[in-house]
Amino acid sequence: MNKIGETINKRKKLKHNIRLMNEESRVNRELDLDIPEGLYDKCPSCGKLTNMKLNIENDYICKSCGYHFRMRAIDRIKYILDEDSFVEKGIGYITLNPLYIEGYEAKINKYKKETSLDEAYIYGFGQIYGEPCIIGVMDSHFMMGSMGSVVGEKVAKTFEYAIYKKLPVIIFTASGGARMQEGIFSLMQMAKTSAAVAKHSSLGYLYVSVLTDPTTGGVTASFASLGDIIIAEPNALIGFAGPRVIEQTINQKLPEGFQRSEFLMEKGFIDQVINRKDLKKTLHQILHMHRRTI
Amino acid sequence: MNILDKERKLLVLEKNISDLGDTESVSKLVEEVEKFKKNEMTKLSSWDKVLLARHPKRPKSRDFIDYFSKDFIEFHGDRLFGDDKSIIGGIGSIDGIVFTIIAQQKGSTVEENIKRNFGMPHPEGYRKALRLMKQAEKFNRPILTLIDTPGAYPGLGAEERGQGFAIAENLKEMSRLTVPVIAVVIGEGGSGGALALGFANEVLMLENAIYSILSPEGYASIVWKDSTKAPLAAEQMKITAADLKDFDIIDEIIQEPFGGAHFNPELTFEKTKKCIMDTYYHLNGLARTELQYQRNAKVRNFGFLQRFNYDNLKEVRK
Repeated sequence: MNKIGETINKRKKLKHNIRLMNEESRVNRELDLDIPEGLYDKCPSCGKLTNMKLNIENDYICKSCGYHFRMRAIDRIKYILDEDSFVEKGIGYITLNPLYIEGYEAKINKYKKETSLDEAYIYGFGQIYGEPCIIGVMDSHFMMGSMGSVVGEKVAKTFEYAIYKKLPVIIFTASGGARMQEGIFSLMQMAKTSAAVAKHSSLGYLYVSVLTDPTTGGVTASFASLGDIIIAEPNALIGFAGPRVIEQTINQKLPEGFQRSEFLMEKGFIDQVINRKDLKKTLHQILHMHRRTI
Repeated sequence: MNILDKERKLLVLEKNISDLGDTESVSKLVEEVEKFKKNEMTKLSSWDKVLLARHPKRPKSRDFIDYFSKDFIEFHGDRLFGDDKSIIGGIGSIDGIVFTIIAQQKGSTVEENIKRNFGMPHPEGYRKALRLMKQAEKFNRPILTLIDTPGAYPGLGAEERGQGFAIAENLKEMSRLTVPVIAVVIGEGGSGGALALGFANEVLMLENAIYSILSPEGYASIVWKDSTKAPLAAEQMKITAADLKDFDIIDEIIQEPFGGAHFNPELTFEKTKKCIMDTYYHLNGLARTELQYQRNAKVRNFGFLQRFNYDNLKEVRK
């Protein structure tokens, strides 16, 4: 590990420990989640009943067909980052109900309980094999990872924090698009996040965007596709319009593999489709090659 | 009774009057018509505004451009794939100042609508827009965009050529422009397809235009699984110019004549032009970097959220 990384690591670790002492860490509580031996789940791809514990040990990949399960944000952080290196930032945002839609708050509260997240996105400082970076992860289990005001704000903050820390950004996207319940405010988050990427990028910092299943709508049309390097997980759904909308518009069935990561790589929009098992190694390589001497 | 029914009724009433000669009943009818105009036609619900924004007779971008600028020269193609006819781009002078004008164009007839793809652009359209914006930047020309689209086209070709990537690239590059960008929503402003031209220093909007994240029909079919509830959705989504002005998402509302823009297009064009030029002279005072800063700072504040102070909370806990 280089010197800068070490000092940052030390400082961060100190801060992290203080936080742990001060309050129970939400993230760490989740990490200790114990999955019983006998929990079986159906693989959405091959339909086989598989033991979840074995799948998790197999990097959240289905043992029989290689399907990449949708990961929760917290699992993703645990999986990609070095142990205990994550320091969450941007806590305490409250989602409001600008259009006074009935039942929206209740829905948010329900998802908050289910996922133990504040919103569909978390970000913070982390290290990958000692390389420091700012990492952001979207969670498709929280209202389909849709982007409302809070998610947009936190994504913008991610880049601003990275500018402040002079660090690269890695974002794992998983989203159904902009959040319709917040109306025009959600739409404007597209402009906001794109502007934040532009600012980070024009200062010469690296932004790696990792597209996971599913990345569609307003997120595809903003920060997800603006990475200097765009990586995708195998067989992830990536597109602007959803497959159902396209089918309704053109009145025909979509071809097999349409809007999947391999298809997009073929069309020249993605740098590399990378298996989840190699993801951490590749990200480390990329970060290492872009290391800046401050 | 929605606005279109009212409009039809008004036309029938007016026709009845003109059919009659000079009789006593005429003055009575005229009175009735005036009353109807005053009481009924001015009360517009959100759904009425949606219908007006989509009205087939509503002036289209090209009509605006032709009125604004007598010397408009159209530029075609994105230099990569082809020319998208649903986006018009080019240069023209308005009151002696040369603008780069980029506009989404719907057709007024069925044939033209098919040619224009109902105003739904493909990626090459957005790339053409970006090319022209960069050109404007080079020659320090102000940019005027006219927004009138149901949304970016959701089709096979569009996805293959990277619809999302094209819109994202537009947003990123528009945040870097250092010339004045003025956007006018003249009809429908549908989701990301509209925003890709709408990241501007000042956003103006016609009174009966709408600007939304998805169509009221789409919203209704997602929330209530019933697209016929679109009028209710339109009310709930807050998509009219007045609502958006309240939210500070847009900067100026351009008043339309009685009955909507198509009742008196000339007046609409004149008012729009005046509003554009006022905005331009206001922005013209800013330096290049200030323009860029203003555009980004404005967008940075969009959002409806709250954040509690974590430190305060800890004290409360103690």
